[in-house]
Amino acid sequence: MWAILSIKVENKPGILFKVTHLFRSRNFNIDSISVGVTEDPKYSRMTITTIGDEKQIAQIVKQLDKMIDTIEVRKLDENNTVYRELVIFKIKVSKPEDSMEINKLASAYGAKTHDAKKESIMVEITSTPHEISAFEELAKKFGILEIARTGITALQRSKH
Amino acid sequence: MNDNMIGARALMIALEKEGVKEVFGLPGGANLPMYDELYKSNIRHILVRHEQDAAHMADGFGRVSRKPGVCFATSGPGATNLLTGIATAQADSAPMVAVTGQVPVAMIGKDAFQESDIIGMANPAVKYSYQPRTPEEIPEVVKQGFYIAETGRPGPVLLDIPKDVQQNEGKFTFPDEVRIPGYHPWTDPDIPSIEKAIELLLSAEKPIILAGGGVIISSAFAELQSIAEMLMIPVVTTFKGKGAFPENHPLSLGPIGMHGHAEANKIMTEADCVLAIGTRFSDRSVGTFEEFERNLKIIHMDVDPAEIGKNQTTSVAVVGDVQASLRIMVKMLLKKALKSNDGSPWSKHVKEVKDYWRENLKIHPGEMGAAKILRKLREVLPKESIVTTEVGQHQMWASLFYDVIQPGTFFSSTGLGTMGWGFPAAIGAKTARPDVPVVDIAGDGSFNMTEHSLATSVLEDLPVIVFLINNYSLGMVAQWQRTFYDRRMIGIDLKKCPDYVKLAESYGAQGIRAQSMDELEKAIKSGLNSDVATVIDIPIDPEEDVLPFVAPGTSLKDMILPS
Repeated sequence: MWAILSIKVENKPGILFKVTHLFRSRNFNIDSISVGVTEDPKYSRMTITTIGDEKQIAQIVKQLDKMIDTIEVRKLDENNTVYRELVIFKIKVSKPEDSMEINKLASAYGAKTHDAKKESIMVEITSTPHEISAFEELAKKFGILEIARTGITALQRSKH
Repeated sequence: MNDNMIGARALMIALEKEGVKEVFGLPGGANLPMYDELYKSNIRHILVRHEQDAAHMADGFGRVSRKPGVCFATSGPGATNLLTGIATAQADSAPMVAVTGQVPVAMIGKDAFQESDIIGMANPAVKYSYQPRTPEEIPEVVKQGFYIAETGRPGPVLLDIPKDVQQNEGKFTFPDEVRIPGYHPWTDPDIPSIEKAIELLLSAEKPIILAGGGVIISSAFAELQSIAEMLMIPVVTTFKGKGAFPENHPLSLGPIGMHGHAEANKIMTEADCVLAIGTRFSDRSVGTFEEFERNLKIIHMDVDPAEIGKNQTTSVAVVGDVQASLRIMVKMLLKKALKSNDGSPWSKHVKEVKDYWRENLKIHPGEMGAAKILRKLREVLPKESIVTTEVGQHQMWASLFYDVIQPGTFFSSTGLGTMGWGFPAAIGAKTARPDVPVVDIAGDGSFNMTEHSLATSVLEDLPVIVFLINNYSLGMVAQWQRTFYDRRMIGIDLKKCPDYVKLAESYGAQGIRAQSMDELEKAIKSGLNSDVATVIDIPIDPEEDVLPFVAPGTSLKDMILPS
């Protein structure tokens, strides 16, 4: 099972270390992690995606909750959450028409292109992991030179 | 108070405000400002010979007094030497505040002399840690540190204070209260769950109570006993919970587990419903998790929500302080018309099994067999005596053959299993309770690891008895090599070195060798009357095994019994 955890923590040095150390020492997995300050600069939000069975995920939430530096730990409901990841692909350009095709593909996914060079072009895409994988599959035929990803960040939708 | 002073002075005032009367420690370069202020304060310093012992003493002090014990060490190796002691306290939920010196703030990260990233190293072994970067932070972190160490599920807190933060001046405010937004140690007792727990317990045919260390930590002895007696339910404990319930009580079956009592393990595996109180279901207690919960409904009461469902699947979870939850349970039970379990087929069966094993468990035939010497110790010691143990065979023999009569008088390194813990912990216990005898039930291998604490015991006038069950070997390892490795004995023979009588004497302690029951009785009595520490060296048969024995990774059902 894949889960998105949203963790509000005190914005102090060393907290990221403690959270990741907890995952290591309890034998949990971190699939992706993103961290940034919240609307209140006293707090940061960590968004961690993790993989485990239901019992493990419940344990991860409890162990994170037990940490003194965590203010709130939530397992987000995927269907009720806006979650996105930003990924930058460097894609190989082998022949002149590749460039045009990559641009077309990018715009189909609402992605932007950067750094268009003779032998490569960068595509910046912000989407769900599912969409990004779909893009990646299609981009493979050109040859993917490099990938950098931010990890997922997420917010739960409002009820009203 | 709002005064100009240096950070180290503020530290002493903050410690005094927390009621600290003693600290265990060893000075060094990076904590000299602290020691200079300690010199001027009313706090007693108890000097150790190795920082690990200071941590164990603080741990023993904390478990007995239920207030954080305090230990001091310098930076670098001083701090890393504390680590084993801190990890031990964490594994057994003991309240402790460890204060380390650190290199000056500007030197952190420069690989300075005696610099170690103790905050990073200790992270998984502490409940919380602080490294104040300005003197003004000290009162707040001390207040918070003590609050965190002693509330909820207790544990060790580390305060790592850079030397310049100790010696720079500041203007201080000492808070009376702390607010920690992410820390909620107490939850109100969960009444609906307690109701469900009662229902489940009353509908069970073969109920049992499993008391863990949480009962001892929260002093829920009277509540536990009331419930057991009201419902006439047999009580087993974990090893950490040993002595949560008087072991001479008719309903007591003793500890379960790898070296549990035969009757306890047997009845535990037959039960259909367990009220498990303040336990984390350690593998050493329950064997394999899957086997343990087969055909067993588990009611789990614990202060730590993260323990619920960690190792075992629970039918009913009651989160909260166990004493508060048990009190409500007692009140609810008082309102119910209970049919007594007394005389039920289960009760009869439990009694039969207990009587059988109490009469028929084979013990070592020699005069100085483990069972006999520990029963002798029990016979001679006043019931209020506090006992600590080291780690190894003697520890498990103590579990089997030393009955705790007064609840909360037995302490051991059960989680981390730290050899060398018992003796310094006994000294810490004696510091907390100078009015009662304190005995460390020891093995030679373990005692060897922290025997230099004899100096502290003698010089600081903290006389304890070391009941040294001496098989001249690392006995538990030897037993595993005999049992699982076809007697390929390696690394276990301690070859009668040192001579523990002479060793004790060299420290100014009393050393007595006891080779008969008569000599043993005299030695214990002499120890009880002695003004200095007494080491009673009791040579035993090095081939004696601890039995029963549940092999690791097997079920409590597969207990190996003495043949």
